[in-house]
Amino acid sequence: MPPREGIYGLLAEFNTPSELVHATEQARKAGYRRMECYTPYPVEEAAVALHFHKTRVPLVCLLGGLMGVTTAFLMETWIAVWAYPLNIAGRPLFSWPAFIIPAYEWTILFSGLSAAFGMIMLNGMPQLYHPVFNAPNFRNGATTDKFFLCLEAMDPKFSVTETRAFLEQFPAVSVVEVDH
Amino acid sequence: MATKGPIYDPAGDPVVDPMIDPRTGEYAVIAPGHNFKSVTQKIADIVLTSNTPLGWFFGLMVAGGVATGVVIGCTWLFLKGVGIWGVTIPGAWGFAIINFVWWIGIGHAGTLISAILLLFKQTWRNSINRFAEAMTIFAVCCAGLFPLIHVGRPWLAYWLFPYPNTMNVWPQFRSPLAWDVFAVSTYATISIVFWYVGMIPDFGTLRDRATMPLAKYFYGMLSLGWRGSTRHWIRYESASLLLAGLSTPLVLSVHTVISFDFAVAALAGWHTTIFPPYFVAGAIYSGFAMVITLAVPIRKFYHLEDLVTLRHLDNMAKVMLGTGGIVAYGYGMEVFMSWYSASHWEFFMMWNRMFGPMGWAYWILILTNIAIPLTTLWSRKLRVNVTYLFILSFVVNIGMWFERFVIVVTSLYREYLPSSWGTYVATRWDYIIFIGTWGMFTFLFLGFVRFLPMIPMSEIRMMLPQTKVRRGGADAETVVEETL
Repeated sequence: MPPREGIYGLLAEFNTPSELVHATEQARKAGYRRMECYTPYPVEEAAVALHFHKTRVPLVCLLGGLMGVTTAFLMETWIAVWAYPLNIAGRPLFSWPAFIIPAYEWTILFSGLSAAFGMIMLNGMPQLYHPVFNAPNFRNGATTDKFFLCLEAMDPKFSVTETRAFLEQFPAVSVVEVDH
Repeated sequence: MATKGPIYDPAGDPVVDPMIDPRTGEYAVIAPGHNFKSVTQKIADIVLTSNTPLGWFFGLMVAGGVATGVVIGCTWLFLKGVGIWGVTIPGAWGFAIINFVWWIGIGHAGTLISAILLLFKQTWRNSINRFAEAMTIFAVCCAGLFPLIHVGRPWLAYWLFPYPNTMNVWPQFRSPLAWDVFAVSTYATISIVFWYVGMIPDFGTLRDRATMPLAKYFYGMLSLGWRGSTRHWIRYESASLLLAGLSTPLVLSVHTVISFDFAVAALAGWHTTIFPPYFVAGAIYSGFAMVITLAVPIRKFYHLEDLVTLRHLDNMAKVMLGTGGIVAYGYGMEVFMSWYSASHWEFFMMWNRMFGPMGWAYWILILTNIAIPLTTLWSRKLRVNVTYLFILSFVVNIGMWFERFVIVVTSLYREYLPSSWGTYVATRWDYIIFIGTWGMFTFLFLGFVRFLPMIPMSEIRMMLPQTKVRRGGADAETVVEETL
């Protein structure tokens, strides 16, 4: 567990996504690794600058879908053939073409729920508390029109004075300390 | 999109309209001059204001009053049984199935806008997808009501779900009714999840902008602690795309499954292979009509003309023109096949549908669904005429309701044996419940526009010219100037 007291990181506020992406690229070049951007809408260039390429959401979704199709088909077969066999107009008990429709629906149901909840879980949500909310300017703009770069104190290269000096070379509106 | 020259007024001078792009002659998707802050403010203030417009209360009261029809109608139904409806043999399927198919069809445009248009990268969908999705969910609520209450003993409707029970009785998976349960419940669940996931970032914005403690708490809980982290955004976008990709076949499959309710029956007028695509097209047609019915008053009432522009209405009207064309083809094929199949029963059914005692319903359908919309929507002037579109969207919804009426009733009441012919007359309880669902739908929708962001703020922000990332860090003003 990371320490829950002291400084969490330094938060720089920018007015445009371009400035944010530029600063993030420079920070990465300078050797910082533990950092995060906060933007009011998805900025793909920021993810590129952070070298965050792969998400596991599609994998979770695929596994969910496979689970859905197998569960539904096996359940239907078990019900129709063993648990509650009914002779409907002389049709075979294992009338699999009719089972496809519910199985198909459950494929979508399970994979959709896996994609949504997988995303929420991988994002570590719900997480109602986060240190960045302690920054005085974060709530004013992070979800409206401002772009933030947070260099975290966990980074071995982090030093309050040097990192602040590093961030202040960019046209940041402000650089503030974020406490836990 | 084909480019058009500037538009000229009758005097021959070019029309200077800030909403029209002078280069393409097309209406803008967002009015010029917006920035991140103004867009956010405009949408969030509708929700966060402490001065609820009086018109909203009035609307809620009227809608609530009409919605009591559902409560009263269902209470009487549960006390007396389905005999209070007009359903008899041979017309064993009446308003319940008509309304079910009609309402669920209305829902389809919401998913189409949010899923298929997202996959096709149609950015104009961004202003209308949220309330279209809300419309889907409320329409599915209204639709779901009818199968629930029509089963005779509605308190046992849960027997349709496969759950372990002491009776060892399981659903019958060869039956379209069981398919319906799976299709509609999946559709409702995925629509709600997609809708909610789409709103998470906007809940974050509302939480940060709210001043009242209760609102802060409410949106704070709903936002799950969203803070706009880039890693979160990437996973979020990936999940949204996956949900869109999954909803697309879902939209098509739900109405296909519903059309199977009919198509698996060996009855003239129902047993047709064209039913799945024809039902889906009809659903999208009526759904877009409903989006227009909702969008027109909303943009007027909340002054959202610069976010839901004439471009949106124009595009939706074009989709209606396209899907309406498919529906017209479906009608044509039904008539053609009843002749070409050389089946005496099919031929009689179609002749009776057109010129029999209920022929009036068929001609209302042709008039309202095909003749009026498909001749007028070709005109660009009419497509951007708000009043005309609003009226037309009602006309189309009436037409689509009659389509279901015609399919259900005119196929059933004169089937194979003349000895078992009868007729179908809806009773007042049929009408009370049907009109009640209108109130229920409006009531839920009014609640939505008041308490939830009806236009996705984060998606609108992405459409602004300021979004573009410039290498070397040019400032926002330059970017705006260069883009304009």
